[in-house]
Amino acid sequence: MTMQFMLLFSRQGKLRLQKWYVPLSDKEKKKITRELVQTVLARKPKMCSFLEWRDLKIVYKRYASLYFCCAIEDQDNELITLEIIHRYVELLDKYFGSVCELDIIFNFEKAYFILDEFLLGGEAQETSKKNVLKAIEQADLLQEDAKVSAPSFFFHISSALTCMLYHRMSNGCPPTHGEESKCTNYVLQEAETPRSVLEEIGLT
Amino acid sequence: MPAVSKGDGMRGLAVFISDIRNCKSKEAEIKRINKELANIRSKFKGDKALDGYSKKKYVCKLLFIFLLGHDIDFGHMEAVNLLSSNKYTEKQIGYLFISVLVNSNSELIRLINNAIKNDLSSRNPTFMCLALHCIANVGSREMAEAFASEIPRILVAGDTMDSVKQSAALCLLRLYKTSPDLVLMGEWTSRVVHLLNDQHMGVVTAAISLITCLSQKNPDEFKTCVSLAVSRLSRIVSSASTDLQDYTYYFVPAPWLSCKLLRLLQCYPPPEDGAVKGRLVECLETILNKAQEPPKSKKVQHSNAKNAILFEAISLIIHYDSEPNLLVRACNQLGQFLQHRETNLRYLALESMCTLASSEFSHEAVKTHIETVINALKTERDVSVRQRAADLLYAMCDRSNAKQIVAEMLSYLETADYSIREEMVLKVAILAEKYAVDYSWYVDTILNLIRIAGDYVSEEVWYRVIQIVINRDDVQGYAAKTVFEALQAPACHENMVKVGGYILGEFGNLIAGDPRSSPLVQFNLLHSKFHLCSVPTRALLLSAYIKFINLFPETKPTIQEVLRCDSQIRNSDVELQQRAVEYLKLSSIASTDVLATVLEEMPPFPERESSILAKLKKKKGPGAVSVTELEDNKREGGELNGSSDRGPDIAAMAASNASTPSPSADLLGIRSAAPVGAAPTSAGSLLVDVFSEAGPAAPSLAVNDDGFLRDLEQPTEASDALLVEGSGDSDSAPPSEDPAAPLSEADELLNKFVCKNNGVLFENQLLQIGIKSEYRQNLGRMYLFYGNKTSVQFASFSTTVTCPGELQSQLNVQTKPVEPIVEGGAQIQQVLNIECLTDFSDAPLLNIKFRYGGALQNLTLKLPVTINKFFQPTEMLSHDFFQRWKQLSQPQQEAQKIFKANHSMDTEVLKAKLLGLGMALLDNVDPNPENYVCAGVIQTKGQQVGCLLRLEPNAQAQMYRLTLRCSKDSVSRRLCELLAQQF
Repeated sequence: MTMQFMLLFSRQGKLRLQKWYVPLSDKEKKKITRELVQTVLARKPKMCSFLEWRDLKIVYKRYASLYFCCAIEDQDNELITLEIIHRYVELLDKYFGSVCELDIIFNFEKAYFILDEFLLGGEAQETSKKNVLKAIEQADLLQEDAKVSAPSFFFHISSALTCMLYHRMSNGCPPTHGEESKCTNYVLQEAETPRSVLEEIGLT
Repeated sequence: MPAVSKGDGMRGLAVFISDIRNCKSKEAEIKRINKELANIRSKFKGDKALDGYSKKKYVCKLLFIFLLGHDIDFGHMEAVNLLSSNKYTEKQIGYLFISVLVNSNSELIRLINNAIKNDLSSRNPTFMCLALHCIANVGSREMAEAFASEIPRILVAGDTMDSVKQSAALCLLRLYKTSPDLVLMGEWTSRVVHLLNDQHMGVVTAAISLITCLSQKNPDEFKTCVSLAVSRLSRIVSSASTDLQDYTYYFVPAPWLSCKLLRLLQCYPPPEDGAVKGRLVECLETILNKAQEPPKSKKVQHSNAKNAILFEAISLIIHYDSEPNLLVRACNQLGQFLQHRETNLRYLALESMCTLASSEFSHEAVKTHIETVINALKTERDVSVRQRAADLLYAMCDRSNAKQIVAEMLSYLETADYSIREEMVLKVAILAEKYAVDYSWYVDTILNLIRIAGDYVSEEVWYRVIQIVINRDDVQGYAAKTVFEALQAPACHENMVKVGGYILGEFGNLIAGDPRSSPLVQFNLLHSKFHLCSVPTRALLLSAYIKFINLFPETKPTIQEVLRCDSQIRNSDVELQQRAVEYLKLSSIASTDVLATVLEEMPPFPERESSILAKLKKKKGPGAVSVTELEDNKREGGELNGSSDRGPDIAAMAASNASTPSPSADLLGIRSAAPVGAAPTSAGSLLVDVFSEAGPAAPSLAVNDDGFLRDLEQPTEASDALLVEGSGDSDSAPPSEDPAAPLSEADELLNKFVCKNNGVLFENQLLQIGIKSEYRQNLGRMYLFYGNKTSVQFASFSTTVTCPGELQSQLNVQTKPVEPIVEGGAQIQQVLNIECLTDFSDAPLLNIKFRYGGALQNLTLKLPVTINKFFQPTEMLSHDFFQRWKQLSQPQQEAQKIFKANHSMDTEVLKAKLLGLGMALLDNVDPNPENYVCAGVIQTKGQQVGCLLRLEPNAQAQMYRLTLRCSKDSVSRRLCELLAQQF
């Protein structure tokens, strides 16, 4: 069951992560992305998670503000793909600790590393949550100065206002009023309240 | 910065990302990105060698910029450098950049391969995995050449770490997929199969994907995997939910591996070894049993994982198609899902049942669910589920339930989504033919199909109904009667006219005994549709008429008169003209005997497979197709049909028994004349080509795009007359020779052309007027195209352009008179030369007069020559703009209007309009990026008028404020007036 590609995008249609397992030109990728984001966003909440698109099957699921969308081939199994998505979300959640869209924006490279440990060439490489996280944590330990192992780095950047805001919010504290008004609408609009991605399924 | 580098994060990257997120507009974002790109470029080019951390940080920034959707054309070299860093995170970022950004034919591949080679031989498992991930992600041929022999070795070596084995297996799979010729089978092959027995579940999970792919291509070499897979599956299926520890997912043991095992088994026929087979059947039964057990968890993940395995098992059962017991059980299980509350399960059950329906063992079991499926077709809220239901109904249809299913599909078709209509039409047509017990039912069904969804009925469908009617005498009388009745409807689809024309032309005699359908009544009925039809259909009707002359000699004078009429015999369409001339001649010189021989009834068509089936097969391929693509398909299908599988070609019909050599048949064949079905009843298509650049704004074109509306809006004769007379103001007054007053909508029409130069100016039932124009300095040239949309010529056609009042001294318009006759379907052109002497406010008037069928037509329009046409765009910087703005500060120089938005406030649309206006659209001038400012100079013979414009949209209030400042106050006012109508 080869996955052709995986896309993560927000409710506003902003692409957050893209992983392609088949060789395509940049132009083609952009076209596919545009078309699919539009198609998926147009669907209503109660609709089924699968749709036929070109000669592929699209499997998607929304977690809080993020859509996870995979393309698989005709004979592939839709339900197991849905759970591939879920396992990936679980991995992100475990690694970041209650993951939200902003984690993926600010740590996009980590999101890629985790995905590569989980899926390779569009196939499940390792489905055990423990094993995947072990591999990632080992890599984190290999850093030049293996002092800091927490993945979050916003401690270093308290000067940047939005980052601070992000920090507080992801820890569950509401932003103080002053900060909120200074912080531009753009940020809030886009990422909304960084609820846990897993909130809706009660996995936190 | 070195202090920061000790941590995991890259402070610079985080700051950059939050900067981007703080940008309030796309422009600001681009500005910030460009600044960063310049910075990175200078760092990379700088003399000072960058340390690894900085390089990593910048490469990561580039990656982020790329992922935002911008192009990145540098930094590749720095990324490649990072690969050879001995610091893990630097290497990791280097590989990530390569995986995302390097396409397979990059020149850097050699350098990258070198770094990969080093990492693969490093014996450091983490580095090896990184290198393998990179190969799997890029998967280029060069990489296959370099590593295809190396990786199998790593995969089966005894001392390779499990995690490396996993990566190696999937890496090899990727290379095998891109370059199968480079991955050579060998000694490693048998050892790979034994990875199915590996202790480590992760290794099995990864290896099985590779084994499945290899087995598909080399089934014999990998045959031993079947028994291994069965025993592995059996162990998993019978294990308790906790046995597999972390490979248990929501109480389901190893769902991914189970699915992959079941998929691998689908590459092979049922095992021959009785014991293996017995074990497998046991597994499948256990899986089916588990579906009946109460769930171990209420989480959707639990049921999804469990059902994923169940569906995969059902696929295997269907693949074997040899165990009636399992097939029926599978079917019952799916039947339960059909009514499940989870939409996903209903969807999958419908999909899976489709394949079950084709098995002889389970076909009857599937049929028992017909009511549920019909209900799904009617009530499902998600179109993709309805589509599945329609597919299943098609698959479960047989002689016993065909009438019910076809009736249900027909009634669904009335409300079906446009995206699936064509496919539904094909399916109904196929089922109706395949399971027709009596052919009158078949004829009724197809005619209903045309009535309900005429636009989606392709050529193949109506060809087929004619083939069948011709071949079966028992249905001909009924068919003639039914089409005759169907044609009575005031608005009937052109496809109905085609079928009707053909069938009455052949078998009209069978119903001519009834005075209500006497020959003349039949002819008049057909001919009443003639004017509304496209050229190919008219051609077909002409052939039907000549057949009438043979069938019913009493109609000869009437029909000859029709043929002799100018709109036929002098029609601008060669095909129609030729038919009219030839048929007229044939009917007047040939004796009745000759006529009877030439125009004898069509001989039966040779029996052949329905071309509709081929079409459906072709359609099913690409899955969901957009409407435009459908249109293309239709055309393509029509042409294919023309050459290989000719339907009841009209040419063949006309010359059925005449032993005419093929060239002359071709002359008659309309296929050579026009692509059949390409342009149905194209009221506005006359000018389509001329205005291909005019864009969708042209009103008539827009109407035509809505294919499905066409029928509803088909004008009746009454409305036709009304529209034309409307220009003459009052009905009672005799039409006067004086130019009529401008149409009430003349101003509106004029407004459409303020921001564009080409398009359709005016259109009614008779006439279409198109415009193309170009302007330079104070001069302009305008091409007017007058198209006669009827089949009757316009006589005494004349046009005059006048400049009323003071416009005479402001604008100079010159033209030559046009030819006084416009043939039916023809188009004539007129050129106007325009000179702007000084600024003006009014528009020149265009009066058109002609006689149509004796009645004088007289209408007056405003020519879309507006002052802004003589704009020359002026580029200027922000500073200059404001300086000039201040200079034009006298109150009368400024005109301002605040008005409500009438059209979309979309940025691109606004920009396009402002550009169409002719001024230069200035970026980065107004401090508020939401606003638009423009500058331009109006060129007149006497003077130049400088103009500045500012448009301030307020999206919330849906209002605009428009301000114009011009060196001449009348210009400000006029532009303000004109523009306020545009937004």
